[in-house]
Amino acid sequence: MKIVLVIAHKEICDALRNRWVAASALLLAALSLTLALLGTAPAGSAKASMLAVTNVSLASLSVYLVPLIALMLSFDALAGEFERGTMLLLLTYPVQRWQVLVGKFCGHLCVLFVAIVCGYGCAALLAAVSGDNGVDEWFGFGSLIGSSVLLGAVFLALGYLASMVVRERATAAGIAIGLWIVLVVLYDLVLLGVLLSSQGSLAIGEQAFQVLLLANPTDAYRLFNLAGSHGATLVSGLTEAGGGAATGTLLPLSVMTVWVLTPLVATSLLFRRREL
Amino acid sequence: MTTNIVQLDAVSKAYAKRVVVQDVSLSISAGECVALLGHNGAGKTTLIKLLLGLVRPDSGHIMVLGEQVNGNGKRQHDATGFLPENVAFPNAMTGGQLLTFYAKLKGEPRSVVSPMLKRVGLAGAENQRLGTYSKGMRQRLALAQALLGEPRLLLLDEPTSGLDPVLRREFYRILSELQRRGVGALICSHTLTEIESRADRLAIMKQGRFVACGTLAELAREAAIPIHIRVATAPGEASAVAEHVHKRARVEKVNERVLDLSCFGADKMSLLRELSNLDQWVEDVDVTPPRLEEIYAHFTGVGDA
Repeated sequence: MKIVLVIAHKEICDALRNRWVAASALLLAALSLTLALLGTAPAGSAKASMLAVTNVSLASLSVYLVPLIALMLSFDALAGEFERGTMLLLLTYPVQRWQVLVGKFCGHLCVLFVAIVCGYGCAALLAAVSGDNGVDEWFGFGSLIGSSVLLGAVFLALGYLASMVVRERATAAGIAIGLWIVLVVLYDLVLLGVLLSSQGSLAIGEQAFQVLLLANPTDAYRLFNLAGSHGATLVSGLTEAGGGAATGTLLPLSVMTVWVLTPLVATSLLFRRREL
Repeated sequence: MTTNIVQLDAVSKAYAKRVVVQDVSLSISAGECVALLGHNGAGKTTLIKLLLGLVRPDSGHIMVLGEQVNGNGKRQHDATGFLPENVAFPNAMTGGQLLTFYAKLKGEPRSVVSPMLKRVGLAGAENQRLGTYSKGMRQRLALAQALLGEPRLLLLDEPTSGLDPVLRREFYRILSELQRRGVGALICSHTLTEIESRADRLAIMKQGRFVACGTLAELAREAAIPIHIRVATAPGEASAVAEHVHKRARVEKVNERVLDLSCFGADKMSLLRELSNLDQWVEDVDVTPPRLEEIYAHFTGVGDA
């Protein structure tokens, strides 16, 4: 356990030193403030609190940004250390390979958490000042933060896997970008295409469509935040997009957890077998 | 009971059918310094990785500090210090931060860091970013991490590369101090002139095999490399001396006062006795044993690596 903490601590210090934390927090803060200020204007007459609207805007923002930040943190985590020779040295120390992986994961997760809390906290502060927010909205904001970190964890794990399977960090970077484009952008476009071409009668069946929607971690995240809470459904207008998916909150969260654990375990197994 | 801290028995390793280490046996006892020599790609680094348990041997047994090493990723012993040949430490960290990280991993307190940096001559650079370190400073930092945690075995891959002559001497001073305390060391090096006087034993690798292993004198005998003897004579008497000794030694060069001879180890003593009988002509005798460079060239076969 101590080894895991030492490695996690180093990752956090590294991220603080090279301004990763500051840069991501600033980016998230700038965008979330913009959304909070601009996004709530047109909703002025709708019966929704500022925080509820902000929650929805932030969820849409997170879907794009959090995976990107997570992948940028993680694609280099293993391949880079292999390339620089520091991994070879590290493994001659009395450490287990899984400890290296878990340590890095914990460290990067902390970095993401701090960046998200700081970044989105600004918008929440603004909403708090404007008043008129119920407990529901604050609960929604809390689950937004939590699920965003979970989404980040998914892409950290995927990034490690990309970082493990290749020999060079440049290749790992390429795979990371590919993962982002496919899971965040293309997947949705394809599903949207299917939905549009179906003209109301889904060729693949409603059930299958829901499964496909849930299978993607980013869509699971969307479903959780946009369809999960009642306050959000009022303003998001997404309620019926999932074919009226009464998914609840547990299912999307479980899907995302599976997306965290599977790549992590796969990476760990590959790492164990890897000869240096 | 042996006091060997390293014991390799018939160890072989191949990467995708390319044999990199073949049937290697080696032992290192406490306090002993063994030099591992060979061309690039002869298998030296792989041998070190085998000892570190980073690579699984295809066959053979490896014992390090009394424990079996089989490369299954489990680190059983933490009393091994390793200095890798190439390592690029993160530039944004300071020397102190990096060494603290490694000390914590070895379960050492923070307080060991400053004295260790001082020991390798980096006392003033503790709070300096690694990006500003010179090659020699990085090398010393790499050495510092290897020395953390009182290792009983040091595996050093090109430890003196990038060090200036003063630092090299300092490095060997630290090493011999550790050897006196019973620390064994395996050193890979290409700097033959430097290693020949420091290593207790030499192992020469070629294409994954040990082609020679022993002390400098043993290797010289095995290689049958002649000893050079330079005789200074009274003016004009060099050729007279050459007449007397030409049965025992080959005459390489003769001029007015100097006679260069070469002979094999077995003939050396009788030749020297003969020369001392000629003390009316002989003024001085210089004996040069075979250089490691010659021995190395003999065993590795220059040109057919």
